[in-house]
Amino acid sequence: MSTAAIPAGTKWWNGGRSPFNASYGKVMMWYFLMSDAFTFGAFLISYGTIRFSVNDWPDPNQVFNSVPFLGHANLPLVFVSIMTFVLIFSSVTMVLAVHEGHNMNRKGVEKFMILTIIGGIAFLSCQAWEWTHLLTGEHVALLNDGTLSVLPTTASSNPWGTHIPHEVMVAALQNTPHEQLANIAGTLHHGAAEVHNTAVMNNTELVNMISNTADFHVNNVGRPAFGSYFFGITGFHGFHVFSGVVINIIMYIKTKLGHFDQRGHYEMIEKAGLYWHFVDLVWVFVFLCFYLV
Amino acid sequence: MSQHIISPEISHAPDHSGSGTKRIWNVFWVLSFLTMVELGLGYFLYFKGAGMSHTAVLSTKIVIGVLTLLKAYYIVSVFMHLGDEVRNMIMTITVPLVLFVWFIIAFLYDGNSWKNLRNTNGYSKPNIQKVQTVPVKEGAKD
Repeated sequence: MSTAAIPAGTKWWNGGRSPFNASYGKVMMWYFLMSDAFTFGAFLISYGTIRFSVNDWPDPNQVFNSVPFLGHANLPLVFVSIMTFVLIFSSVTMVLAVHEGHNMNRKGVEKFMILTIIGGIAFLSCQAWEWTHLLTGEHVALLNDGTLSVLPTTASSNPWGTHIPHEVMVAALQNTPHEQLANIAGTLHHGAAEVHNTAVMNNTELVNMISNTADFHVNNVGRPAFGSYFFGITGFHGFHVFSGVVINIIMYIKTKLGHFDQRGHYEMIEKAGLYWHFVDLVWVFVFLCFYLV
Repeated sequence: MSQHIISPEISHAPDHSGSGTKRIWNVFWVLSFLTMVELGLGYFLYFKGAGMSHTAVLSTKIVIGVLTLLKAYYIVSVFMHLGDEVRNMIMTITVPLVLFVWFIIAFLYDGNSWKNLRNTNGYSKPNIQKVQTVPVKEGAKD
């Protein structure tokens, strides 16, 4: 390798200086995040391909319409907006922590790292509630064998297929076994179910009660891919948030112990910050693909 | 270069002393505003989407997608300080991401083609079966 033609002092790749004017760790963190972006991108594009390839896909406004403590009120997009703002705000406190680090202000870094950690835990708690709500939720769906059944939303079960007309639902009730009829009656939260003891009712009484319930809507059983993609991708993102919180806690402890003051710079906070912002960045796209469109 | 123990590589820290935290908070408000517009469009689709044409719904969704890309730009450029890095470094991060252009177009096109095959029985039948007439029995797998 001849570098004779290049004047002395401009040997960028000769060692001793960074061609990118950034430390090795920071550059490698960027390349890791770029590869992670392709992983998430591949997941989301695979989801998009499947969604484009089918005629029916659940309406997110129908699936994600609940907010904690507000019972069965129909509030699409509300809870997920809260989650989005929690994550954006924790991104702001993270960048403020990096800013305080540049000023070598240990107290400031500690304060903003704590706020970022709280934001991350708040987001994870929201996600835990949402998953629990879906996994334990009860929705009546028409199975492929022509009977009705109560189903949760899981990685393999999806009660959010296409809507079926009332008369098809009534016909399917005739084929539905007694045990499932009692379960379905149990999901009717208003009206007759509360005043009747569904356990002692016979089939005819149950069928009459269910088919006479106003605003009782039934869907076909939907595609299992919906739950697989939703839990797979939000789970993978949630695991990133979790590991980000762990990294932030370690950074907080190291700040508290004065490790970065001894080192003379707070670059570790910057690198942890890059990871944390990336988690926020991915959520922006998860929010778009699963909830908004 | 083992003699450089005190890491001479950190020769440059982005200078924020002048701008302070004002820029950070400005970006926070921009991100909040863009999210509110996205939510507005999301509710617009929720309340009015059923009566709109397929093209109008798709256009609204594309607008939401563009706003999301704008949010991504602000997060990467300002919060992650990529905008303050050396140009060569910015290029090594952003140029490979151009692959996503092919990735998204190719795979969504493939998904759409798959749907056309489903609805026309492998293009051997005229396209008569549309969204509304999916039979009751056809559920989880086809």
